[in-house]
Amino acid sequence: MTLTTTPPAELVDLSSIKTVKQVPYTEYFVSGHRTCQGCESALVMRYIAKAAGPRTIVLGSTGCMYVANTSYYTTPWVVPWMHTQLGAAGSAALGAAAGLKVLMRKGKLANELINVIAFCGDGGGADMGLGAISAALTHAEYRFLIILYDNESYANTDIQLSGSTPYGAVTTFSPSGKKRRIMHTRWKKNTPGALVAGHPDAAYIATACASYGVDFMNKVRKGLAAGGPAFIHVLDPCPKGWHYDPQLSHELGKLAIETGIWSLWEMEDHTVKLNGTTRAIATGRAKRKPVREYLSQQGRFAHFTEEDYALFQRRVDEQWTKWLIPGVVSFGIEAGTPLNTPAPAAADV
Amino acid sequence: MVIAVPPHTTSNAARPKKFEEEELLLTGSEAIAHALRLADVDIVGAYPIRPYDAVMQAVAAMIADGKMDCEYIVAEGEHSQFELVKHASAVGARSFVGSSGVGWFYAFEAIAVTAGLRLPVVANVGNRALDDPGAFGVEHNDALAVRDLGWLMTWVETGQEAFDAAVIAYKVAEDPRVMLPCAVSTDGAFLTHSQHLVKIPPREVVEQFLPKYDLGDRLFHPDNPITIAPQVDQDWLTEIRKQNDAAMRRAPDVIREAYREYYELTGRQREPFVEEYMTDDADYVLVGQGTIAMPGRVIVRRLREQGHKVGFARLKWFRPFPADEVVERLGRFKGVGIIDRDYSFGSPHHGGVLFTEFRAAFYDSPKRPAMINIIGGLGGREFTAADGQEMFNLLQQATAGELKTNVHWIGVRE
Repeated sequence: MTLTTTPPAELVDLSSIKTVKQVPYTEYFVSGHRTCQGCESALVMRYIAKAAGPRTIVLGSTGCMYVANTSYYTTPWVVPWMHTQLGAAGSAALGAAAGLKVLMRKGKLANELINVIAFCGDGGGADMGLGAISAALTHAEYRFLIILYDNESYANTDIQLSGSTPYGAVTTFSPSGKKRRIMHTRWKKNTPGALVAGHPDAAYIATACASYGVDFMNKVRKGLAAGGPAFIHVLDPCPKGWHYDPQLSHELGKLAIETGIWSLWEMEDHTVKLNGTTRAIATGRAKRKPVREYLSQQGRFAHFTEEDYALFQRRVDEQWTKWLIPGVVSFGIEAGTPLNTPAPAAADV
Repeated sequence: MVIAVPPHTTSNAARPKKFEEEELLLTGSEAIAHALRLADVDIVGAYPIRPYDAVMQAVAAMIADGKMDCEYIVAEGEHSQFELVKHASAVGARSFVGSSGVGWFYAFEAIAVTAGLRLPVVANVGNRALDDPGAFGVEHNDALAVRDLGWLMTWVETGQEAFDAAVIAYKVAEDPRVMLPCAVSTDGAFLTHSQHLVKIPPREVVEQFLPKYDLGDRLFHPDNPITIAPQVDQDWLTEIRKQNDAAMRRAPDVIREAYREYYELTGRQREPFVEEYMTDDADYVLVGQGTIAMPGRVIVRRLREQGHKVGFARLKWFRPFPADEVVERLGRFKGVGIIDRDYSFGSPHHGGVLFTEFRAAFYDSPKRPAMINIIGGLGGREFTAADGQEMFNLLQQATAGELKTNVHWIGVRE
């Protein structure tokens, strides 16, 4: 096949999108998928492709966005797409980025900016592939973006709980029964917090939600423009797994953030910045809504008693009162400890 | 199918060459690293496990000394190690990877899909016994476990052959008629860490032999908007598996071509599939793969001193299994003893993997010699002269119809 030697520069546009009217018109993720009605993860895919544009290759690990999204003969992907294994989003991104880099260095491929994006679900990213993502984020010399679309269960295989499933939720592995009302007693793993705290060479790490589409697309572009390894964790309401009316996906995403259960933030240049509603809550410009407003709309929490709501609320309150950064770093620090100390003077070094 | 069988005792007498080769004292692992350097490998995925990792250490030293230009990625586990080279291979990078024993098994998922994706990654398996219990030494069950998945698989005996086979592996794997990954197996310790004099040809010679890696219309690149490995389900999986089957069926001819060309160029590796030793007038033959050929030849010479007409044959490629050639060559003996440095518990006859394969190959043959199985050398245990005598005694008795069982574990302490 013949490859272009110098693709037009305007094909790679990673500039900031100011308003919804500036969102590119062209779609690179189109019809052809067979995801459920109200699937936010499919919307996430569409936003990723739209924000990244045509000079992009996408690696998708096993999960809903493989099985329901990429069927033979009906692929929705306009840009090149390749399957990777469930725990391999990190290594797929790393391998593709490293391959492109060495081929360009050796002159075997035209030198250009190619966006490398790998995605995984919460099963692939927060459970099985966490080690591979962690390793990938230490490779400052390669440029790629890993996106974890978190629908809070192994939704493709029949809704089984993952390390990212919230406390108490009903899944097929954690039904609410006559003897045990709550089978799933683990609190949701703080995957983006763990990654941002532990990977000083990551160029960009953020959280997002498709209910805030422009924010998400800008984060995709920032991640791709960051010049190194980048990671975005997106919370995706899932009508099938969460048991709610599919028309409410957008509203539930908003509520997750308004109740403080999920936070919007980004880390650039070793600095975390809270975004949007999360920032408004943290600075007192907005009041956190009770978690019941979010939980009570979902069938997976239908078995919750007052006691369960109270426990859930208390744990979310702790995220905002005890954590070092609200919703980001899942621990505090001893009162009075200075958070930054000045660098030693040159004479002392 | 009629196969022209070359003379039975292999002669590797060098042909006059038009170029000078550098002769170096190298371990099998270092010899492979030189092949990677000359093949201009683009990316290497490394992860430590003995004994294969000696090759990765040798590659790292070459990169550090500026003798080789490639991405060298140390993964956090074998699964990632094999996944990342798979994806690098998809974007057009010539890729190398490897492992040993349980490490190879940790990568199993990635190993399976690499063949499914028809990506010509080359891997070195430094054969090692599987845990548990632990053992550092050689056993072939690690590499053999992938035998049904579409990997080309070769076993080599010497440092020179390790070098030659690694170069040839890329030629065969990347051939458009094949496009399958290839595992070059080197017996742990016996070859990975023992030194041999190895002739290294000039770079131009390897470049002349090895075309550039070209995935054609399967390249994963923005100019080629394809969807690779979508969900096909029952609708298409049979057809796609059949394509892998067709590729593997085409591989023997491609291997023969590659060896012929390599032999013309270097005077080495005339025999692609089976190498024979002192078999011209033999009634009996012992058969094995890998470094077993070294003690195997000694055993044969000792037995010859006693007047026994016995030879040794070494299987060089296990996948594709050269069934036609094996039947043609081994069918002329009275008794064949297949030595397995592996096991296949519960298999027909409860024998080793090679034994099962050889017997299957002979099912339709009008010439079926007596065939027994010797299982031994596990975990790196050496074959001794006494073992050789025992093997031959068993083979002789079996051929005379005096044995009730055909699988014999050798050197087992009570």
